[in-house]
Amino acid sequence: MTVAQQFILIGTVALSTMLTRFLSFWVFPANKPTPKYISYLGKALPPAVFGLLVVYCLKNVSLVTWSHGIPELIAIAAVVILHLSFKKMLLSIAGGTLLYMLLVQLVF
Amino acid sequence: MASTPTPDRTKPPKAAGLRRKAFLSAFPHTLPICAGFLFLGMTYGILMKVSGFPFYFPILTSITIFAGSMEMVLITLLLDAFDPLQAVFMTFMINARHIFYGISMLDKYRQTGWKKPYLIFGMCDESFSINYATEPPEGVDKGWFMFFVTLLNQCYWIAGATLGGVFGSLITFNTKGLDFVMTAMFVVIFLEQWGKKSNRLPQLLGLALPIISLLIFGPDRFLLPAMGLILLALTLLRKPLEKGGLPQ
Repeated sequence: MTVAQQFILIGTVALSTMLTRFLSFWVFPANKPTPKYISYLGKALPPAVFGLLVVYCLKNVSLVTWSHGIPELIAIAAVVILHLSFKKMLLSIAGGTLLYMLLVQLVF
Repeated sequence: MASTPTPDRTKPPKAAGLRRKAFLSAFPHTLPICAGFLFLGMTYGILMKVSGFPFYFPILTSITIFAGSMEMVLITLLLDAFDPLQAVFMTFMINARHIFYGISMLDKYRQTGWKKPYLIFGMCDESFSINYATEPPEGVDKGWFMFFVTLLNQCYWIAGATLGGVFGSLITFNTKGLDFVMTAMFVVIFLEQWGKKSNRLPQLLGLALPIISLLIFGPDRFLLPAMGLILLALTLLRKPLEKGGLPQ
């Protein structure tokens, strides 16, 4: 691939990404009333998306090969317990991440 | 009474103070992303470097593309035969979820003036999540708050990618597992949303349907079918969900 082709490819990916982000705003502009169905989706989608994002982060975890997703499971349980106990976002995130790092570096 | 004039409450606070307040309240929310993006960005920069690309490629792409998973895939596209159409297709496969974010942010980004194009341009998973789920405290301008969340997040990503591309393998401390910080953040946001009862059914669908799709299609192809299933389920369940007072 020539340097020019590399730049074209980067530009293509940049524009395509922008399109995915701007699309909804172009199709449903602010100066026109948004269809009721889309407004409904605007409220129902986010809670579903947060589930999707958790799965997306874990998509490459294999249950059938070592370490069977065990460190992920333990660390997520720790995040949940920390957050239900203290309700401090940064504490839950930092605690879970440190535990996960210890698990994958020292135990698994 | 007229001798001691009280400050006019309707007068907007000075712009600089407004911005500073928004910045200070946005910053703590971005700290987990700071850790995650510096690490992931560095990983990306190093990968670019060891794949033989110039040091400014990670800088250029983190400024213009600013979509982590897609930038990782871009490396393989650049190493492959030149095929822009394939690049477009891959980008849609991986980034179609932004369409969902857009639909969710139609209202929240409405009154943000000149900041709106940047808010949309920088709408990555993390900026979307914080801007959607966080209500800034009283007296903080929501538009500036969201602007700084988005800007800080992109700065972390650019900083990470730049450090990785320039210094690469000089970084030696053991960071294995640090990428879990993103998973942990999404788990916490998921829990926070769980507080609203009307959110729970969509949240469970959002977990279950992608898992089913992942088991059927595998990690590289599960995203679009998962989105289709979510859309279908939410459309079919519109009546009961709207009756349940969805949400706020």
